[in-house]
Amino acid sequence: MTTAELTQRGALPNPDVGKYEDVNRDVLKVLSRPGKGWWILFTMAAAGVGLFLTSWFYQIYKGIGVSGLNAPVGWGVYITTFVFWVGIAHSGTLISAILFLFRAPWRQAIYRASEAMTVFAVMTAGLFPLIHVGRVWHAYWLVPYPNSRFLWPNFRSPLVWDVFAITTYFTVSAVFFYLGTIPDLAAARDHARGLRKKFYQIISLGWRGTDREWHHFSKAYIYLAALATPLVLSVHSVVSWDFAMAIVPGWHTTIFAPYFVAGAIFSGVALVITLAVPMRKFFGLEDYLTVKHFEAMAKLCMLTSAIVLYAYMTEYFLAWYSGEPPERGSFWNRVFGHYWWANWIMLTCNGLVPLMLWVRRVRRSIAALFVISIFINIGMWFERYVIIVTSLSHEYEPWAWGLYRPSVVEMGILIGSFAWFGFWFLLFTRLLPPVAIAEMKEVIPPPRRGRVKEDAA
Amino acid sequence: MIGARFRRGHQGIFALFTHLDSTVEACKALRAAGHKGFRAYAPLPEHELLEEGLALTHSPVRVFTLAGGLTGAATGFAFTSWTSMDWPLVTGGKPILSIPAYVIIAFECAILFGALSTVIGLFINAGLPNLRPLVAYHPECSNGSFGVYVTAPPARIDEVRTILAGFDPEELREDPDGFDV
Repeated sequence: MTTAELTQRGALPNPDVGKYEDVNRDVLKVLSRPGKGWWILFTMAAAGVGLFLTSWFYQIYKGIGVSGLNAPVGWGVYITTFVFWVGIAHSGTLISAILFLFRAPWRQAIYRASEAMTVFAVMTAGLFPLIHVGRVWHAYWLVPYPNSRFLWPNFRSPLVWDVFAITTYFTVSAVFFYLGTIPDLAAARDHARGLRKKFYQIISLGWRGTDREWHHFSKAYIYLAALATPLVLSVHSVVSWDFAMAIVPGWHTTIFAPYFVAGAIFSGVALVITLAVPMRKFFGLEDYLTVKHFEAMAKLCMLTSAIVLYAYMTEYFLAWYSGEPPERGSFWNRVFGHYWWANWIMLTCNGLVPLMLWVRRVRRSIAALFVISIFINIGMWFERYVIIVTSLSHEYEPWAWGLYRPSVVEMGILIGSFAWFGFWFLLFTRLLPPVAIAEMKEVIPPPRRGRVKEDAA
Repeated sequence: MIGARFRRGHQGIFALFTHLDSTVEACKALRAAGHKGFRAYAPLPEHELLEEGLALTHSPVRVFTLAGGLTGAATGFAFTSWTSMDWPLVTGGKPILSIPAYVIIAFECAILFGALSTVIGLFINAGLPNLRPLVAYHPECSNGSFGVYVTAPPARIDEVRTILAGFDPEELREDPDGFDV
């Protein structure tokens, strides 16, 4: 492939970036310039974290009764938001591991930011089981250990699988993320001064970029990617089985695993777009995150949106085709019942709005993608809300039906969770190189004196 | 942990190169002259340098990955089976040993152990974390340049200098103390 073709496919950055030094200069300058906008956003995020902690402490002080959770809807906004954030996490590993193994030519510029997003999203998601259990001082009961009579947890329970899946996912994605940043931290170390230099000296682990280090590093990276690939598909499958293993109408279905995985990638890629657009603008990374990258991500959204829409239709069809009154009733209730608005927000944002992505001009317009990605984020949160709340509110016996209304505390924690995520992400953009420096260099032709070629000719 | 270690009675030379091909050629020339104590530095995993210039063999990291993964899977199965057998309690009419359910735990453990032991394998083989001061290093090697560091006894140091100087280095720096790198 020629250089022009590679640039066209998004493999190479803008032709203005032609030397290794250019990458260091452009990426490392992000770390040295805080800027007013960053501080405004950071203050907002810190205030949101305050809201988050206040709401949570209030709930701990007063008890779980301050949430809207009750019989029959015992899982509400907390579990919805948990599944939402676990889903968000998926695109990071998809882009960093799966597209790495597939040698997708456009992943280099975007993968660091999306991987960071993965780690912070799992960190956010991991708080929700602790919030949801109410008495958080008993949260260590989630750890599989025997009780005082030496009875162990029931490993046939999907909730126990979930503990294993989420802790593994957090550990592996954090390790994968950190490992990938080490060479770039060394670059930051060699560039920084003063206290920052000390910081990078420690966290770069003394990386020098020797042949021995690179040799083993490249191999370790491939194996970690190969391990992360099945992991990412398994994690959201396991989360979906939290629902699918139960006999609740609307949950008990075999399509849940692929449907959840597709939805997770859909929402995750949308959030990568939402975050990459301002990042590119504020930090002047236009030469690295080009329209090609956004178009590639838009195509991923197109595909996963189609899968998700197909899954919605399959669910409706099978509810009707099953002939089961509770199953039919559950889905009728979703579309026309008390929560009709949530269901229609979901269908509009995840099914209809992304149809615009089939138009090439929309896919290549960064402003349009930004707006569409926000719609998708909203829609995917409502998808989980619809699945969880409407199904629980309308199970088998009519006298056991009931409604759920999120309380102010729950909304505070929901909004605060976005601030908590944003807080870490903003810190990340200031402390770690937000574009993978070493990997960007791999797509730039290496500097040659040219004597080798002349000799060969 | 390992890092660069002072080597008694040896001297070091660091050559900084702008071009990839000169670096590869310099490594080949050093190897041809029978030098073994040298390292190449690069700002990226450049395969040409790793494969042609240094002719590195297979990385043993994969053994760590495999061993970790198998240990994890075995641990997951053993743990779930043993705890179920330890107090046999039928729940939901399912067998005491519900293998399909345990596959999930074993799978997650396989990935977790495999990933962690890959990192351990990398650290052991690559000599990380290197907490000693950064000697035998040039900060340009994380920016845009390549480097070669050679440790040799004083008798051979002139020969090394001649070889390296033949490939137009940007900078040639001599260390009175040699380091094993």
